[in-house]
Amino acid sequence: MNTDALIIMISAQVIITSCMVYFFIRVIKTPPPKDDNE
Amino acid sequence: MSKQNEKWGSRVGLILAMAGNAVGLGNFLRFPAQAVANGGGAFIIPYLVCFLLMGIPLLWIEWSMGRFGGKFGNHSTPFILDSMDKRRFWKYFGVFGIFTNIAVAAYYCYIESWTLSYVFHSIAGTFDGKTMTEVSAFFFKYLDVSRSTTGIPYEAVVFYIICLIINTYILSRGLKGVESAAKIGIPMLLIFGAFLAVRGLTLGTSGASPEFPDANALDGLNFLWTPQYDSLSNPKVWLAAAGQIFFTLSVGMGTVHCYAAYLREKDDVALNAVSAGFTNEFVEVVLGGAIVIPIAAGYFGVDWLTQPGNSGFGLAFQSMPFLFEKWGPIFSMLAGLFWFGLLFFAGITSSLAMGTPLMGFLQDEFNVKRNKAAITFGLIVLIMGLPTVLLYTLRANGSVNLVAFGEYDYWAGTVSLVVFAMAETILFAWIFGMKKGWAEINSGADLKVPIIYRYIIKYITPVMLIIVFLGALITPLGNDWIGAFNSLTAGNGWPLDNESLINMLRLNGLNEEIKNTTDVDTLAILKQNRTYSYIARALLIGLFTGISWLVFIAYRKRQHSELNAN
Repeated sequence: MNTDALIIMISAQVIITSCMVYFFIRVIKTPPPKDDNE
Repeated sequence: MSKQNEKWGSRVGLILAMAGNAVGLGNFLRFPAQAVANGGGAFIIPYLVCFLLMGIPLLWIEWSMGRFGGKFGNHSTPFILDSMDKRRFWKYFGVFGIFTNIAVAAYYCYIESWTLSYVFHSIAGTFDGKTMTEVSAFFFKYLDVSRSTTGIPYEAVVFYIICLIINTYILSRGLKGVESAAKIGIPMLLIFGAFLAVRGLTLGTSGASPEFPDANALDGLNFLWTPQYDSLSNPKVWLAAAGQIFFTLSVGMGTVHCYAAYLREKDDVALNAVSAGFTNEFVEVVLGGAIVIPIAAGYFGVDWLTQPGNSGFGLAFQSMPFLFEKWGPIFSMLAGLFWFGLLFFAGITSSLAMGTPLMGFLQDEFNVKRNKAAITFGLIVLIMGLPTVLLYTLRANGSVNLVAFGEYDYWAGTVSLVVFAMAETILFAWIFGMKKGWAEINSGADLKVPIIYRYIIKYITPVMLIIVFLGALITPLGNDWIGAFNSLTAGNGWPLDNESLINMLRLNGLNEEIKNTTDVDTLAILKQNRTYSYIARALLIGLFTGISWLVFIAYRKRQHSELNAN
């Protein structure tokens, strides 16, 4: 595989995967809002 | 109107359902084809720019609009839009948010039924020992419902109905059913996708054969990812990127609004929306970019891939089953199961989302019970969908032209989305107002939304959408924008392509073919195509009118209730 293609493929994959993982971790770590009835 | 108390069971379930709504067959088939045709690896640059400037803003707009409408008990776009601006016009514009879903579900469930059928055939070993030509011909035999591939009469219709029954059953279980389907479907899709992506990335030259001695999966990756940076100056590439972002996120449909309408008032939309958006991007770029092209190149070589017709649906249904045969009896069965299972899960998580706007509308406005609302959706889709299965013609080379399918896909699955997204962005940013809109996005937010997005949503996103719409309206001949501008400035007018909205409306391409054809049999087929196109358009207009009429009745009912209450 040529270097240019490899660099752009891996960069795109790393950026997108990192963002997805980062946002998902934030979703999981954030406690749910308190319900009005509580 | 009746009050629905249904809410999402869990945050992860909601995000997976939203991601499932966005992830579809296009992630695996359309994205690689677009990238290859528009600058290879360089395509990712306009693609990500459009994601940041148009995709994410649209997700925030739609999630916020949905949650805002949900606060007033509205779960479908006609009255979600009404809750944002009381002018009567918006209610009827909101009809798009129900109409599009039914019309798209009509043909989308048909594609979904192909994947289900191919899962069955992969397990049953139908493709074992078949040549490439035979496997390829199988697809058209399947679509030509007058013939049977397995002895089951009208097999395509049977699988289509099975698919509708599955969708209707899950929808009848309400949000709980949708959430469960997403919690099973998306992880399965990721597992199946990862298996095939690893295979695609590690195939190398092991798939080469005497027939295709130069086949190499790495050439496929080079073909897809080698950047042609000069393509970035071509407007066509930017339009293609904007179009891909737009369609991959399933925005402009009304499904995101509907799902978000079941959020609680204090629930976050900012973080949820980007999480769902990036999950879709992961499936599209990381998995979608590592399966079809490298595997096909690994067995056939890049030269084969560049020939017309060897991409998209053809590649998915005509070539992949043949390639899997080369993996040995057990792995070929598993690969077929994984590939078509992956496409099935991608499809069903989207088609379920398409059912919820109509159901929400019927439940809100006509007090219809959930089960009956789901069955109503199933029946309307069946009525609208059978023409997509049955209104087809055969081409001289034996391939099948799904005429009504194409009309639905273009008018409901393409044009309506852009028109609706344009209007909703203007409503949100300019009529509802960015002050209130920004407050809605940030209300309950678990993510600090960068302030720059306030201006992006107000100025850049609407302009980008208008450009996408104009790009479709006046697509120049051969998609050559630079040539068209030169022609215009030289006083020779704007040469319209037959793919432009204006010429599509006039059936220009088909009419030209009819005019230039002398062969009697071909002429008869072309005229039949034209008749089928008119029937499909009449059905779409009838559907839109019917929903508008229901919205009118619902509006009158609301007015009467308000008068009685006073």
